[in-house]
Amino acid sequence: MVKEISTDAIWELLKAIPDPEIPAVSIVDLGIVRNVEFDDDQFKITITPTYNGCPAFSFMKEEIIRRLELVGIANFKVSTSLAPPWTTDWMSDEVKSKLKEAGIAPPSSKVKCPQCDSNKAEVISEFGSTACKAMYKCLECLEPFHHFKQI
Amino acid sequence: MTKELLYKYVLALGDDALIIGQRLSQWAYKGPFLEEDIALSNISLDMFGRANLFLEYAATLKGDGATADELAFKRNEREFCNHILCEQPNGNFADTMVRQFFLDAFNKLFLQKLIESKDEQLSAIAQKSIKETTYHLRHSSKWIIRLGDGTAESHAKVQSAINNLWMFTDELFESNKIDHEMVKQKIGVDCSLIKVEWDKIIDEVLSEATLSRPENSNMLSGGRAGIHTEHLGHLLSDMQYLQRAYPDAKW
Ligand SMILES: [Zn+2]
Repeated sequence: MVKEISTDAIWELLKAIPDPEIPAVSIVDLGIVRNVEFDDDQFKITITPTYNGCPAFSFMKEEIIRRLELVGIANFKVSTSLAPPWTTDWMSDEVKSKLKEAGIAPPSSKVKCPQCDSNKAEVISEFGSTACKAMYKCLECLEPFHHFKQI
Repeated sequence: MTKELLYKYVLALGDDALIIGQRLSQWAYKGPFLEEDIALSNISLDMFGRANLFLEYAATLKGDGATADELAFKRNEREFCNHILCEQPNGNFADTMVRQFFLDAFNKLFLQKLIESKDEQLSAIAQKSIKETTYHLRHSSKWIIRLGDGTAESHAKVQSAINNLWMFTDELFESNKIDHEMVKQKIGVDCSLIKVEWDKIIDEVLSEATLSRPENSNMLSGGRAGIHTEHLGHLLSDMQYLQRAYPDAKW
């Protein structure tokens, strides 16, 4: 079979899939899609989970399959790899600023309030509404906010 | 022969994660306050995720089309080989936190060693899980200190939880025939070697919390051989109900 679609085109399709829990960023932005290659007449897409217990992960896999089938691509396989383990170091500065715009403090060892940029913030809980976020409170503007945990 | 032993080794690790995950999930919507309710549910999800990784791997090793779901929902009490500490009831908040603290400290040391496993999949699961366990341990340690060094009542409750659960801690460091073989093949972890470090973590936190460590007496084990306390059966009847009543149900 002739490869009619480029791997770049697959990347573009994947970039359009938002993270189900943080729709401001895509699954590519977050580094969940690790690799796309064309081999043996097949697109091989490798994804990695953020957290072991992330309930959104199976949804993401299904969404990838759905979006590719929607545009008529059938010769692909989505597989999961665990190593190297996912890390927030894979996030670009552009992605970090997208998170900040969405009101989520990007992963950092020095947590700053996404509203007023104050670095005076205290932890309310290391466990937020999703596995990847911790809850903080800004001591200057007093707004509560989420921090995307650095792991 | 090795494959069979490896299957049993991985299965036990999966059972540990599954059973403590199920226990913690029983706190959902019953936590003492919202943030803590969410924290316990988060930790529970991490443990379920970890259980899924171990049990999927175990299912692959078992072959014959076995699945992680089948291993979780269609085995009986005597076929589960989790440490009996994992199945102990939630009790009050102090009971849950002490159980968690003992397990988190153990898991952190265990996973650190498992990263070095010659088995690539076990090493990958360990690398992934250690990040979460580091958070879990920080969370449970802080609670032990806050409760121990808190009011007279919180101190009494957490000390009583420590005294009651201590008897289940020795089992974490025991080795059976499977462990010995896995250690010999550089696949498994020699748990006797992490006991000293575990004691150190426990002693440090307990001393900061103004709590004391009990003497060893009536230490209980048997989980790895399928010998459990009466609590596991109740937990399983709840956890497995749906798949038992409606086999292979999906949604
Ligand atoms: Zn602020």
